[in-house]
Amino acid sequence: MASGTSRNPPPFPKNDETGEGLSNLPDGDSDEGEDIFVNNSMSPGVCQPVRGGELPAGDAGSHTSAQSNGVHSDEDNDLFSDAQLSTDKSGSSSQKELSSSSSSRPISSFSPSPAAMPTTSLEELEEEEDKDTFDVDVAVTNPEKVGDGMNAYVAYRVSTRTSLPMFKNRTFSVRRRFSDFLGLYEKLSVKQSLHGCIIPLPPEKSVVGMTKVKVGMDDPSSVEFVERRRAALERYLQRVVAHPLLIQDPDVREFLEKEDLPRASNTQALSGAGFLKMINKASEAVNKMTIKMNESDTWFEDKLQEVENEEQQLRKLHAVVDSLVNHRKELCGNTAVFAKSMAMLGNSEDNTALSRALSQLAEVEDKMEQLHQEQASSDFFIFAEVLADYIRLLGAVRGCFDQRMRAWQRWQEAQSSLQKKREVEAKLLWANKPDKLQQAKEEITEWEAKVTQYERDFDRIGMTVRKEVLRFEKEKTKDLKTQIIKYLESMLQSQQRLIKFWEAFLPEAKAIA
Amino acid sequence: MMEEVKQEPPCLSVHGHSVKVAEVLQDGDGLTFLIVSQKLSGTGEYHVDRTYEDFEWLQQNLFTQEDVPGIQGVIFPPLPAKAQMNATAKIIRQLGFLALEEFKPYCTALETFLHQVAAHNLLRKNKALEIFLTSSEPPGRQRARKNIFNRLSQAVEEMRKEGHKDVDEFFQTKRDINLALTGCTKSAADKFLDVVLTEQKIAVACGHFAAALHLCVESGDDPDKAAFSKICVKLSAIFESMKKNMTNVAENDVSTLGLGLDLESRYQEAEKEMLFRRTCKLVELETARKNAEKAKPVKKPPLEEVKKAAETEFSHICEVAKQEIEHFEAARVKMVQQALLKWCEKQLHTARELADQYNQHLKAFRAM
Repeated sequence: MASGTSRNPPPFPKNDETGEGLSNLPDGDSDEGEDIFVNNSMSPGVCQPVRGGELPAGDAGSHTSAQSNGVHSDEDNDLFSDAQLSTDKSGSSSQKELSSSSSSRPISSFSPSPAAMPTTSLEELEEEEDKDTFDVDVAVTNPEKVGDGMNAYVAYRVSTRTSLPMFKNRTFSVRRRFSDFLGLYEKLSVKQSLHGCIIPLPPEKSVVGMTKVKVGMDDPSSVEFVERRRAALERYLQRVVAHPLLIQDPDVREFLEKEDLPRASNTQALSGAGFLKMINKASEAVNKMTIKMNESDTWFEDKLQEVENEEQQLRKLHAVVDSLVNHRKELCGNTAVFAKSMAMLGNSEDNTALSRALSQLAEVEDKMEQLHQEQASSDFFIFAEVLADYIRLLGAVRGCFDQRMRAWQRWQEAQSSLQKKREVEAKLLWANKPDKLQQAKEEITEWEAKVTQYERDFDRIGMTVRKEVLRFEKEKTKDLKTQIIKYLESMLQSQQRLIKFWEAFLPEAKAIA
Repeated sequence: MMEEVKQEPPCLSVHGHSVKVAEVLQDGDGLTFLIVSQKLSGTGEYHVDRTYEDFEWLQQNLFTQEDVPGIQGVIFPPLPAKAQMNATAKIIRQLGFLALEEFKPYCTALETFLHQVAAHNLLRKNKALEIFLTSSEPPGRQRARKNIFNRLSQAVEEMRKEGHKDVDEFFQTKRDINLALTGCTKSAADKFLDVVLTEQKIAVACGHFAAALHLCVESGDDPDKAAFSKICVKLSAIFESMKKNMTNVAENDVSTLGLGLDLESRYQEAEKEMLFRRTCKLVELETARKNAEKAKPVKKPPLEEVKKAAETEFSHICEVAKQEIEHFEAARVKMVQQALLKWCEKQLHTARELADQYNQHLKAFRAM
């Protein structure tokens, strides 16, 4: 009874391990330099955009000069916005990055858009989005356990490849731990200048998951957990560097470049449901506002409603995908058990030919178990995780809308303070107290300035939110398309292997009689 | 020739292999089967409706054929367990593959039963078969049931006999192998059923996903929304393909390997019952011998008669059993081979179909 065929299927291009659960992924596990970036070997050409345009000579120059002062990019905004009432800087802020999916990391060029933008009409904003591309690729690889016992943690390698001059090198990598990623998010989310931006969310903390890993990284559920986290961190960083404003933020650059990063503290707030709680708290605050905003532009109201509906739909989709993933895993288990029972049957069988065929069948079923495992992974990582990402991103989008409301509120409150100050001045005038009058006038001036500032802030945030939402929607469509192509390719490959298994078994079945 | 009958009993008037269980109808909780057979002479068909009780009547009559010596050595074609609508979970599990696909496999199993009876040289001449297939009156509804050969009704002390050492090495080997195979086959059929049930669940989940995606489609002029909606629609189509494919995979599983394992499992049980009957006869024979030996000369003659009768019966049974086993071995290997071959061919075809669909979907997506 020869078992000529090997028990393992031909290795998946990127997989070195077999039967290791969800670590069998064609995603960024390999350590070779080039591969971590263009790791979808099935379609190297799919998401590579045409390298149109020149390297960031001109515009980047203006940006690096801004950067070298350590100045935040929004000051650039203000410089330009006075001139043209537009937050469309010449190039950077309206970059259209390509999909932030975890597989396709296209290397695109940084092509500037025309500097003069007379209006901020939606159509023109959309045109802007299509033209510009980016040149930063990041990958998160090589999770390694550092230390022992309950103080152990996992360090990941964060590798960057870029041609932007604001970085010291073209390719570089650093080691970061999970709390570093959380720390980055925290820093970004409190920056005034980034209000209105959709700040990507890192994955959530998991005490259960991490405890298992601290105990040992070898069992399948730990492997699965670490891989899931690695992939999520990678998607997170890809979204961050794809954002035109965030890539210029010094905290982001420091995160990517600096050898040793100071330990992030205060990440307790970002545990488990922490993010959503934060966002929901903000929503509650807005709802409690006594002065209701008089929305002159229905765009915001309509959009917010859409966002909320979409979140609900995505939750439904996610639940269905979850159930699909579970069934596939179940199928894996059942197939393995069936394979064993066929092997036993083959052994008990006294008819030689039949015995041999049944044993072959057992081996085929074993191979199919692996296939099912890979299909479950595909479903999971391509759909379930990405849907989960977008559900949380939509939460962040809602957060932006709330930030705009709070900006409005601040403006209104400033206006009412100003009004009070004017009343005080009037009273003082009537009561004829010249010394206090001076102070009152100074306060009025101060508050007038504040009112102007806050109104400007409110307008700015409004425009940022509009732009961000547009960008997000395009991004989302492109992302989904890329993921689906990746999914189809992986399913097609699985299917072709399945066909080979059947083709190999056919002569065995014929040979029985 | 084993048959010592004086006259040829009437032959079956239909083509045995033409028998079809064409339809199954619900009758309250019960099921009625429409059976069609081709007449031997000329053209024409018999159409009869039968319930499970009628099948049982047939089986009883086959068991109780007294004119065939060594009838207990026959491996009787196994009748599936009774099926009905709204059955308990236990019964459904017991029926296994036969309970799936709206009882289509069950009809196939009943059909196979009738084919095998009609093809068996000792059984096909039984009048009951002719009546069953051709009589317009259902034969089995009013008769009382006697389970002579049903193992389940055998007394507990009889079970001890199962392990009784055999006098014949051929049969001892057969008994040992049969014991192992019966267990393994049942287990394999069971585990395969689990696989099929999960495949069905996956198909349903794919369908849900496809439906949920349609809810994400929005109308309107917004080009972004239109692009997103288009993707959702196409993705929904992909999952519909996956659903159909998985449904086909499950159907292929049931109609080929599933049925094959089920039949093999029930046939192994039937062989086991036959071997057990023979073992019981052996015990009876050995007891009769002992009694005859020990008896006082006065009482000996009748006991000698009993002993001789037992010896004759036992030798007949062994003869029939040997032939049955030989025939059974050849038939079952062929049956399993056919099942495996058809299974492989169907799954290969279905797999290629899906690969083609993936290719098409991929092209469409890349072109978007």
